[in-house]
Order: sequence, then structure tokens, then C-alpha cells
Amino acid sequence: MQGITKNDLIIRIGGEGGEGVISVGDFITQACARAGLDVYTFKTFPAEIKGGYAMYQVRASTERLYNQGDTFDVLCAFNGEAYNMNRASLKPGTTIVYDSPSDFTPDIPPGVHAYPIPMTQTAKEMNNLRAKNMVAMGALSVLFNIPVEALREVIVTKFSRKGEDVVKGNLAALERGRELAAALKKTDTWTLGTPKSKNEVIVMSGNNAIGLGALIAGLDFFSAYPITPATEVAIYVAKHLPKRGGTLIQAEDEIASISQVLGASYAGKKAMTSTSGPGLALMGEMLGMAFMAELPCVVVDVQRGGPSTGLPTKHEQSDLFMAVHGGHGDAGRIVLSVESIQDCIDLTVVAFNLAEKYQCPVLLLSDGSLAFSTQNVPYPDPANYKLVERERWNGEGEYQRYKFTESGISPMADPGTPGGLHIATGLEHNESGLPSYTSTNHEAMQDKRFRKLKNVVNDVDPTEVDGDGAADLGVIAWGSTIGVVREALQRLRAEGYKVKGFYPKLLNPLPAQQFEDFGASCKRLLLPEVNFQGQLAHFVRAETSLRPQSYTICGGMPFTPEMIVNKVKEILA
Amino acid sequence: MNAILQPHQHFNKVDFKPKDYKDEKTPSFWCAGCGHYGVLTGLLRALAELGVDPNHLVSVSGIGCSSRLPYFVNSYKMHTLHGRAGPVATGVHLARPDLAVVVSGGDGDGFSIGGGHMPHLARKNINITYILMDNHVYGLTKGQCSPTSREEMKAAVTPYGGMEEPLDPILYMLTYGATFVGQAFAGNAKLGAKLIKEGMEHKGFAFINLLSQCPSFNDLDTAVSFRNSCDEVDPTHDISDRNAAMQVVNAAKQAGRIPTGLLYRSERPALHERMAELVKRVGGHKDYDLKKIIDLARP
Repeated sequence: MQGITKNDLIIRIGGEGGEGVISVGDFITQACARAGLDVYTFKTFPAEIKGGYAMYQVRASTERLYNQGDTFDVLCAFNGEAYNMNRASLKPGTTIVYDSPSDFTPDIPPGVHAYPIPMTQTAKEMNNLRAKNMVAMGALSVLFNIPVEALREVIVTKFSRKGEDVVKGNLAALERGRELAAALKKTDTWTLGTPKSKNEVIVMSGNNAIGLGALIAGLDFFSAYPITPATEVAIYVAKHLPKRGGTLIQAEDEIASISQVLGASYAGKKAMTSTSGPGLALMGEMLGMAFMAELPCVVVDVQRGGPSTGLPTKHEQSDLFMAVHGGHGDAGRIVLSVESIQDCIDLTVVAFNLAEKYQCPVLLLSDGSLAFSTQNVPYPDPANYKLVERERWNGEGEYQRYKFTESGISPMADPGTPGGLHIATGLEHNESGLPSYTSTNHEAMQDKRFRKLKNVVNDVDPTEVDGDGAADLGVIAWGSTIGVVREALQRLRAEGYKVKGFYPKLLNPLPAQQFEDFGASCKRLLLPEVNFQGQLAHFVRAETSLRPQSYTICGGMPFTPEMIVNKVKEILA
Repeated sequence: MNAILQPHQHFNKVDFKPKDYKDEKTPSFWCAGCGHYGVLTGLLRALAELGVDPNHLVSVSGIGCSSRLPYFVNSYKMHTLHGRAGPVATGVHLARPDLAVVVSGGDGDGFSIGGGHMPHLARKNINITYILMDNHVYGLTKGQCSPTSREEMKAAVTPYGGMEEPLDPILYMLTYGATFVGQAFAGNAKLGAKLIKEGMEHKGFAFINLLSQCPSFNDLDTAVSFRNSCDEVDPTHDISDRNAAMQVVNAAKQAGRIPTGLLYRSERPALHERMAELVKRVGGHKDYDLKKIIDLARP
């Protein structure tokens, strides 16, 4: 297997939903992270509630990981469906660990290493059928050197609430699985490396990390409406916001959510909501009001496959057009997009800071792949984050809510401020907030509102350049595709290719000059993104002189590093 | 510590006359003879009787003729989007439960485009006062049928007459679980003021339907016809009995009459009180150590 080292192992666990597939994935992830390995997980689950094929993939490595990898090295199949679903990916050199005897007998392709483990049978013998997954995990730990001490610790931690008997039963099943695997002859070469060091880390999914970022940013108010794949942001916040004295409400629809957020913002609080494409579409009118009435708010869009109801549980990066322009009447907003779990924390804080400073809606784009992926990130110290509060009126002179200023930013007055009475309105208004439809006023007010946004690029690290000097090809990527491109470029450079990467995190206002500068250092440009129309490529062509070649997929899955490597090689051939 | 905030703390704070609550900066907006003037008069009187500090009063509206009302009130205020005043006001109130929040809007704003929000304001018992300025017509768009228009109304988009049964906002709000429901003719500013005052004092969602004539686009429901159709509810009516309130409305409708006054009032915890209790239960406060939350994500 070209390009894959023994230090970088991808284990895919597949089975029936409810069989413990997710638990095994979680336990291995937690144990590897605890032992000091880097982890990056990827899950798929059926859109239906009961049954169906569930898959959890853990990539663990002694090196920094940026994505879920190309494919698996090891398949752990709990049932026949898991085997059948992944049969085509069992390439020579890969390994399958499977339940045997059971309801299926895999036909092992040539060159594939196979380890039959009596998972169900052993669990039955132990009178603990639910511990089938622990038997499997024990076997995997021996076969691939998964840190077993950490596994045992995780089992104790996770099951201690359920009582000592449950802990003992699971530990016993783990040990039995280890004995079973130890009796087999190892024929493959896959094995996890030893971690270099043990760092202070946390392991989070993208959705939870956005929730944490919001708490760090000083979130006061969250309005939720359930939607896949964004609901977990609300679930996380619902659990923890009350501890900070904040307020979470589940609204009757997404329109109510964004309305409540703007009400809370007017009342002087840091407020947000999270949704996916269909919900963002419903919020469009109110986001226009947020721009017009200059109310800070943060809206997270965890993108999913569209259009319409589309592929609710699948990955896509297809809401960029809507995020930037999805509203009537010439309204602006700030649009950020996250690459990684680290970004989910950090850029959520940035989103709040920008909303507060510029008194406008800030949209944060995540995606279906990041939503449920977990990664380890260094333990975040809240004290290290700089927090911004909206500029508030100092009480001097006569208050004018929409006073013309050089920056376009006019101080706000929270309700309760003596002398600060004013109206927040979606009608065009004068400096006092009173209706004014004159052409000079409207032009001046539009200029004021858009003038604010010109400085955003100076306030954030809008882009990152990966690589130095001149390149034969530059790859521009956004969202979680960036992590895929990072690894692809590493592999290409190792083969002698002169390639660079360009990773914008601020997508509106588009940092055009940074794009131009990058483009000037590359002979050709490639822009891979997971949508049909090539949405970022469209904006780049519209707002810069660059003409990147678009590379789009929309099959419900993210790019793999191998796909990018192959495309670059094809272009440079 | 952890006292549940209520708007009452801002009552009896100023000695204002009704006219002191009038914001004179915006020129008059409504037509001569419009019932909305009566609503405004009632509101200003109620505010004066309460002595509410204008700095802690937030007036919220959606879109429509009636939704211009906040411009004429000396308070913090939001003029939002068509149908969305309720949820916006919910956000203001839950973020700052100490503020007194009054929503005003029309029948189209509240029960057509915003109809999906009304059940939730009521069932969640959001501590705001909602004044429906019900003129049975869309006025700002120059005369179309609204959800409370009479079936026989000929209007701009129903030139051959309407075909739809009107809904009764009072019956809906009783059914949805509003804890304070009252009705008056807007021209009876005395009763309007009384209901608004009591509604603002009420802890929970207060819904007040003020029947307001539109002299420009609705000639079926005039000031005279509203005034002559209204009967103040019998003093023996049990306002704590929701079924009785519904019966009063139904009986009046059958007789072609409109029941006015306070029709229903009950006590149950408002949402912000439940939320405050939750914060207390988890030991929440704004200085709660974030690291305790972050630690939960350690592998």
C-alpha cells in the first residue's frame, strides 16, 4: 500500500446499528488519544432510526492527521452486510477481522489477510451477548497494537456508572478477545506505532467543538431547531449553557430561532443558532434584517447534501452561494468556514468577535463530514482567547443608534441604558433610526453598512498558504477539503512535485488580494470542492483575475487524499 | 442570588402622564378615523398607570399598519419582519427577563404569516403582552382579506367576495394555552388600558385582542358596528374557567355579538421561571469554570 506507513493505521468497523459498532470506534479513539496518538474518525449512519448499516472508522497515527484517509487498512466486520458493503475495498494487503462462526462466510480475496474471531459465540459463552464488541476490540488490540492499557482505562471510565459487574464483564470479554487473537498467526504487517509523547488533549466532534467555541466566546443565548447534521451543536450547548447561566430555547421553526436570536442580541446578549441548509434558507429574510438593523448574530450552517431535502446525513459543501448571497435586497454578511475540529473551536470564537465588532450576521460553515468526525486537539485554555464585546454608547450627548462614523460602526445601547432609547428596524432609517427613504440617506446608509465589512480581512487570519516559492500547481481548498489537500500535497512533494496550497477561512468578504498573491506564485490552479457547481471557484472567478480549474464531486462523501494526488498528477502529466 | 427577574421591578418608577409615553418624533402614520389611535391611547394610559420606566420597556412589532405602533411609544423598540414579532420579543424577554416587553401587530401579521408562532408563545407561557390590533383586513397593502375578515368581504384579491371562514383569535389563544386572554373594542380606550395594564402585570403570556376599525379598506366592520356589537362579559363569569370562556365566545358568536373584557386568566410558571430554576439546579452562574466543561472531553 503505497504511501501508508505502519505508523498510520485506519480501522473500519462495520455492523448493524445498535450492535456496538459506534462504541468500539469510540473506545479505540479514546484509548489512542489517551496514549498520545493522533486520531481522526469518520462515521456514517443510516438516515433511518432503527437498524441499518453503521460504520465507524478510526485513523490513528504517530504523525499529525488532517483527514480520514483514503480507505481502510483493517476492516472489522460484525456481520455479513458490513462485509458486503466493504467487499470492493478489500484490496491485496488489507486485512479483515470478522465474526466467525456467524451468519456469513466471507470469500477472502487474494492477498487479503483474514482473522476469523468467534465474537458472537464467545460473548454467548460468557453469558454476555452485548459484550460481542468487546471481544472484537480485544482481538483488534492484539493484532494491531492498540494501546491496551488505555483501552482498559477507558472501559473502566465509561462503564463505571453502570456498576462494577458491567465493568468486569466488559474487561473479561476484552481479555478473552485478546486470547483468541493471540492464538492466531499474524500474517499482515499493520501495526500501530508507539506514541512519541502524551500531551494534554481533548477529543471532540466538530459539532461539539462548535458548541465549546461558543461557550468560550461568551455565548449567552442559543435558539435551536432540530436538523441533521447540526442538531448535536444544540445538544452540546443545551447540556452546558445553563451551567454558565445562559439560555437555550428550542424554537418552533428556524425562522423563530433566528428571530429569537436577534431579539436576544438587541437585548445586549451574545446569541447564536445552528442549522443546516434547509434551515438557513428559512432564515434568509431575518439575516437581511440583522444586516439592516445592525444586530450581531452568529449562525452555524453544518452543510449537508442538497438540493432540497437532499441527502440529509451525507457530506457536501454546497451552501456557499446561499451563505454569501442568500437573501433579498443587497445585504451583506461575514462568512467563515472551518477546516478542522480546532477551527470549530477557534473560528466560532472569531465568529462571535466579528459579529460583536461589526454588528452584523456572521455565518460559520461546517459540513457533514466534520460534524461527526472526532479529532484530538490540544487542551484549549479559555484564557488564551481574546474576546470582543460590541462597542457600547458612552452616554455622552444625544444618542443616535445609526450615527455615521468613519468605520461605519455605531455604538449600541442595551435596553435599560438611560437616554439610549432607539428603534432597531428593517426599514431604511436615518441616523436616529427613524424611517427615511430619501436616495441620499439610503445610499449613505448602504455605504455605512458595507464600509464596516472592508476591515474584516484585517481582523482575522483570512487565509493560509501551504508551501513556499513558485509552484507548478496551486490547490485552493475550503472547509474540510483543506485537510485532505494538506496530506495530498505532502505526498506529492515527497514525490518531487512543486505544489502549494491555499486555504481561505474567510469566504465573504473574499480576501481577493490574498488570492491574487497566491495565484501569482502558481503556474496553474486547481480548486476541489464537494458540490456540483463549483461554488467557491465561481466566486474566485468573479472577484479575482484567477481562473482556477474546478474539480467537483458530489457523491455524499468527502475527497480522499488519493483523489487529489491523482488529479494533480493528471494535470501536471 | 438567583432571584427570578420580573418586569415588575421597573413598575412604579416614574410619574408619567400618558402623553409622556408618546414618542413625538415620528409623524402620524395612520388614516383619520383609524381604530389604531384608540389602541395607542389605551397603551399609553396603561403605561402611565403602571409607571413603567421607559428605559426598561421594549415595544416589538412585525409588519403592517398596526406594526408602526412602537414608533409612537417612548421606549426601546424593534420594528421587525412580517409575522415575526412574537419570536423576536421572545428573544428579547428570555435574554433579559427583567424587561417589560409588549408586542403589537395586526391580524394578518399575527394569525396568517405569523400564525405558526402563536401556539408556542401561549403554550410556553412567554412573559410578554401581545396586543392584536384586529381590523379584519390587510390595510398597508390596501385592502385584502385577512384571516379574520368576514366571509362576505369583497376585497382587492377577492373581487367576487371571499370564500373562507374567518378564525377567532380568542378561541385559538384559549386553546393554545394562553394564561391571560382579553378582548375590547379599540375605541373603548378605558377598557383597552385596563386589559393592557393587567396583561403587563400578569406573569405569563397575555393576549389582548383589540377590535380596531379600518375606515379605508373595511366597510363591514366600522367603529359604529364594533361598538354596537360589543358586550362586556358578565361580572359573574368565572375567569379561571377556560371552558366557560370558550362558551362565552361561542354563545356570543351565535348571537352575532362580541364578548369583551377579561375572559380568562390562570397561573402557571412562565418559561423564564422554569429556565431560571434549571440554572439554579445545575449550579449555573456566569463565572462557572469552563475548564470543568472542557475536562469532560478528555479521552
